[in-house]
Parts: sequence; structure tokens; C-alpha cells
Amino acid sequence: MTATSPAETSRPAEAGPPGPARPTRERRIQLNLVTADEVYPVIGSVAGAIALVWVLYERVLPFTGALGFWVSCYGVFLVLYASVTAMRYDRRVVIDRLSTVAAASAALFALGVIADQVIYILIQGWPAVIHLNFWTQTMQSTGELQPLTSGGVWHAMVGSLEQLGIATLLAVPLGVAAAVFLAEVGGPLGHVVRVIVTAMTGLPEIVAGLFIYATVILALGTRQDGFAGSLALGVMMLPIVTRGSEVMLRLVPGNLREASYALGASQWRTVWNVVLPTARSGLTTVSVLGMARAVGETAPLLFTTGLTNFLNANPFHGPQTGLPLLIWAFIRITPSQVMYQRGFGAGLALLAMVLILFIAARVLGGKAPGELTRGQRRRIARDIRRS
Amino acid sequence: MAVDVTAPASAADDRPRVIHRRLSLADIAFRNGLRLAGLLVLAITGLIAAFLIIRASSTLRAVGWRFLTNFQWLLNSNRIGVGAILPDTLIIAAIALIIAVPVALLTALFIAEYAPHWLRRPLVALIDLMAAIPSILYALWGLFWLMPRFIGTERWISDKLGFIPFLKVPGPFEPGSFEDSTFLAGTVVSLMIIPIVASISREVFSQAPQGEREAAYALGSTRWGMIRAVVLPYARGGMIGAVMLGFGRAMGETIVVAVLISQTFTIAAHPLQSGGNSIAALIAQDAEESTPAIISALIAAGLVLFVVTLIVNAIAAVIVSRSRSGLQTAD
Repeated sequence: MTATSPAETSRPAEAGPPGPARPTRERRIQLNLVTADEVYPVIGSVAGAIALVWVLYERVLPFTGALGFWVSCYGVFLVLYASVTAMRYDRRVVIDRLSTVAAASAALFALGVIADQVIYILIQGWPAVIHLNFWTQTMQSTGELQPLTSGGVWHAMVGSLEQLGIATLLAVPLGVAAAVFLAEVGGPLGHVVRVIVTAMTGLPEIVAGLFIYATVILALGTRQDGFAGSLALGVMMLPIVTRGSEVMLRLVPGNLREASYALGASQWRTVWNVVLPTARSGLTTVSVLGMARAVGETAPLLFTTGLTNFLNANPFHGPQTGLPLLIWAFIRITPSQVMYQRGFGAGLALLAMVLILFIAARVLGGKAPGELTRGQRRRIARDIRRS
Repeated sequence: MAVDVTAPASAADDRPRVIHRRLSLADIAFRNGLRLAGLLVLAITGLIAAFLIIRASSTLRAVGWRFLTNFQWLLNSNRIGVGAILPDTLIIAAIALIIAVPVALLTALFIAEYAPHWLRRPLVALIDLMAAIPSILYALWGLFWLMPRFIGTERWISDKLGFIPFLKVPGPFEPGSFEDSTFLAGTVVSLMIIPIVASISREVFSQAPQGEREAAYALGSTRWGMIRAVVLPYARGGMIGAVMLGFGRAMGETIVVAVLISQTFTIAAHPLQSGGNSIAALIAQDAEESTPAIISALIAAGLVLFVVTLIVNAIAAVIVSRSRSGLQTAD
């Protein structure tokens, strides 16, 4: 846009005394602009690398294997890109550009791995999940070799959801309370708790299962049931929720607390009426992410829930299988193609559960502390009108 | 110095007033309630250790300290121990770290420093998602997608780089000799620890002081120059801690290793060769056979794993919390 367009002069924004004729409008410098000089060498180097490696790898040298091909491509790409940049710039810029593409390609690699897993499980599980009975039946009367039109994973989905629900009820209140303790009370004990909690986030999943087996099942003498599995999942969730919630509580600005104290509120009132509501969105995100982590855990269930092909809606009595354990059983015990497909189908169901929780976490939460939802704003406006 | 009439009579009076904060009853109850929650978390960790020790005691009494050095796992003759599987666990974790650390640190750098602002939140969500994908799905993917594609690479490394002793696979080539290898398990585990290392180091990177960044730019530094001079030195402690947390996680990774590896009880000196083990995988694979003697032995192995990971993770947690800016961990 040129500086002296008619739209410019007709704009009524500049009210006030008419000054001297304004000089041509300055154009704002965009600091993060991606220039052609940064884009085309990357594209060129990628194309050059693939072409060169294809000729050498597939035609000249006696190599095979897709993995080796792409690794070689990446190496050649880095060399090409470095030399193209070195034609115009000095060493400092070459290193800077190389670090940029290396960092970007690492992120791309992570993205690629996730996309590959999701797509592969989708493709492999598809033949199983298109049958309605996969979602509504159990494996109660289905043998290993029966086709996919018989049997399903309904019992495992019920089991997974119930166990996850109980684990959440146990772990989230305690985890948030511990996080409030770390963020608002602290002290030397807080320091110890924080170190232990951070160390517990790396607690091997299988140890959580063994622990519940050793305490609840061996010591108290109960049988394997869904509740024991929930306890094991809760032990896994607790440190994740605690650590994440503490980070969220620390994001609450200190002057909100001070304002509350200055109005004469006690600490308990301040936390309950100011800190927790302000951090609510973040705490929700953390809790739901913890749930997404817990629902996919297999190892804590190994010793605790038992394995069954029947629908068991009562988590306090009798074995109750969850989806992850079912997949483990499908691919381990039986070597038949149908069972593998069922395993992938169950994997798809599990992945869908994780994704739903994950998206829910982003939709429910993801707001900065203090940012109000539309409902909250409406309520505040209503309260103001009433008063 | 001129005497000021408003000054206190003597220097002894010129002390800050001691503030007595009297907590209300509700506040005392509140604080103690929270303290209880904190103690409960500690108690759970303590209980885990206590119960593992109690349940493992019959095995540990029978075998003694040789449990740490014994190579075999023969339950009938009490010749059991983690002498082979503990090193195997460490080898898998080490392979995972070698692959995961560069990728994770570069990804964290990209999110914190290079990516445009609109891209940062989706990328953080992506890393969270990578952490949330169930381990059993990593195992499925590793077993059916990666393993067939991986054998060629393993064979190539063994053929071309076989002069390095531990990369050689002894014996004539057959596809089976590369399946279920420690290297494959380590590779899949590495994908699982990328999100942990990346998210913690991203947090630390983004805390590097803004003023020093601007100072580096003002002195004419490129972005990489700024990162090397400001961000990396600032975040060094946090990065070390993040890598150690990843190490602890890699050692405890259960399902992937249990699915991908075929059990042996020798030290996996040739990571490319089929067969290996890890403590967690051993426990998982024997979970179905539950006679008291086996369970006690498994719990003893679990205790070793618990102690090792807790020590590694606690050291890492101390390093991470020390490396943060004062604001973050101020009590």
C-alpha cells in the first residue's frame, strides 16, 4: 500500500489541530518476516539431497532399506544447505542457519513419529472397528480364530472408564491439595515433598502395580479387581497432577493474593476464593492430561485387575479388564491374525479415548490465569447490575 | 552527621518491628490440612518402599547380597539375581538416551527459541500428546511397523561397523538374529522419553533472562550465538536434570521392552543381537505366574528398580529445582 492513498486522507481518526503535512507514512519493519532468501535454499537443498541420495543409494551403491535412505538424505541435506549458505554468508550465519534447520527438523521428526503411529494404528485397526459388534459385544463367547464379525471390546471399555474415574476421584483432589501446599505453604517440608514428587513422576509403572499388589491384594487379602487397578492408576497419576498443578498455581499473579490479604481475607479464603478460581482453567488441563496419561497405562494393571472376557461393571468385585491390558493379552497370548487385528482395533479405541481427553483438556483449559470465560463474564455483569 | 529530630533516640531502637502474624483458627486448620496432603504424598512413597522391602524380604534373605550380582534366574535353586538384567536395563536406557537427547533438546530449542509465536502452543500440545500416547501403542507400532523396517539397518550397521566390537552380531546372518534386539527396544523407548526431556528443557530454556538475550543481540550476535552465550549456559543444570529424568523413565519403561524383546539372562553385550532383558520387562512377563516364591523374587527385582530410579530421579529433581530462577522455587 502506498502512503498517500485516498483512504489515508479520508480517515477521520486524526482529530485535532491540523499539523504540518505529514511525511510519507513509515513502513513498520517486520522482525519475524521470512524472506525468500531463507526459504528457497531449504527447498533446493531438500530436493537436491533426495535426488542425489536416490541416485547414489538406489543405483550406484549396494544399499537398501528405507530408514538408511532417509538418514542419508538428511545428512546430505545438511551438507548441501551449509554449502549453499556458505556461498553468500560467513561462518557465523552458516552455523546459525544450520542450527535453525536442525532444531526445526527435530520438531518435524517428533511430529512425523506421532503421525506415523496414529495413521498406522488407524489403518491396521480399521477392519476391526467398522464392525458394530466390536463396540457392543464382549469376548465372552468368541474364540481366537472366529472372524471379526463376532466379539468386541465393550467390557474393556467399561473397565477402563470405571477404573479411570475412580483413579481420578482419588488422585486429583489429593494432588491439587498437595500442589496448594507446595505453592502456598511451602517451607522445608515443601522442599522435600517437591523433590519426592518430581522423582515419583519417573516411578516405573510396573512398580506402582507391584506396590498395590503387595499392599492391597497380598496384605489385605482381597482378590484382583477393578478397584485395585484404580488404586495403581491413582498412584501413577498423583505425581503428574501434583507437579503440573503446582506450576499452574505459581502462574497466579502474586498481587491478586496481596489484594485479597489487604482486604482482610484469611489465607484459607484467599486460596479458596482467589487462587483456585484464577488457576481453574490450568488445573483442569493438568488433571485431564493426567487422566489421558493414566488411561493408557498397561503395567499398573498387570498385577491388579486380572484378565477376563466377561463384562463386569462392578469394580469392587471380580476381575475387570481395561483396554491396555486387553491389547497386551491379544498380542501376547495368541498368534492369530484376527487377534492382532482386534488388538489394533482396541488400540484405536484406546487412542480415541486419549485423544478425546486430550482435546477436552485443550477446550476446557488453555486459558491464562485470570482470563474469564464467557459465562463468568456474564455472571459478573449480572452481579454488577443487581448490586 | 546532623542530628535529625525524627530519628530514634538510640541505634538500638532502630530495628525493624517484629511482625507477629496471628493465624486464625480456620487458617491453622487449612494449613495443617494442606500439610497433611503433602505428608500423604510422602507417605505413599514411603509405603511403596516399605511394602516392597517386606514382600521382597523372603527372597532377599534366601539369596542375600548375591541378588545384585547373580546372573541366573533359576527360581527352584534360589540362584536368582539381577546381575545380568540390571546392566541390560542400563544398556536399553543408554541407547534410548543416545537417540532421544539430541532430538529432544533440539525440539525444545525450536519450540522455545526458533518457532514463530503462533506455532508454539500447538507444538507444546504436540509434545504433551506424544507423552500421552499409551505405551502399549508404542509397543504395537514398534513390533509391527518398525521391526521389519529396522532389521536392514541393523544388519548394515553390523556388517559395515562390525569392527567396533559391540556392534558386531556374532554368527551367520539370518533375519531372526536381529529381531527382538536391545537396540530396537532402546529406539522405541527413546521415542517415549523425548517428550519428557523436551518439555522440561523447554520450560528451562524459556526462563533464560530476557535482558541478557537482548544484550547478546545488541552486541551483534546471531540467534545461535545468543543461544550459545545466554540460553544454554543458563539452562545447563535444567538440561542435565531433564536428561536424568528421562534416564529414570527409560529404565522403568515396561510394556515396550516386554513386547519387543525376547528374554535372555545374559548381559546384552551385542545390542544389535536378538534377545535382552530389563527388570521391568521381566516383572511384566512373569506377572501371570503367581506363586509366592516367584512374586517375592519379582518384588525383590522391582525393589532394585525402584531404588535405582528413585535415586536417579531425586538427584535429577534437585538439579532441576536448583537450576530454575529464584522466582520459580522460592518458598
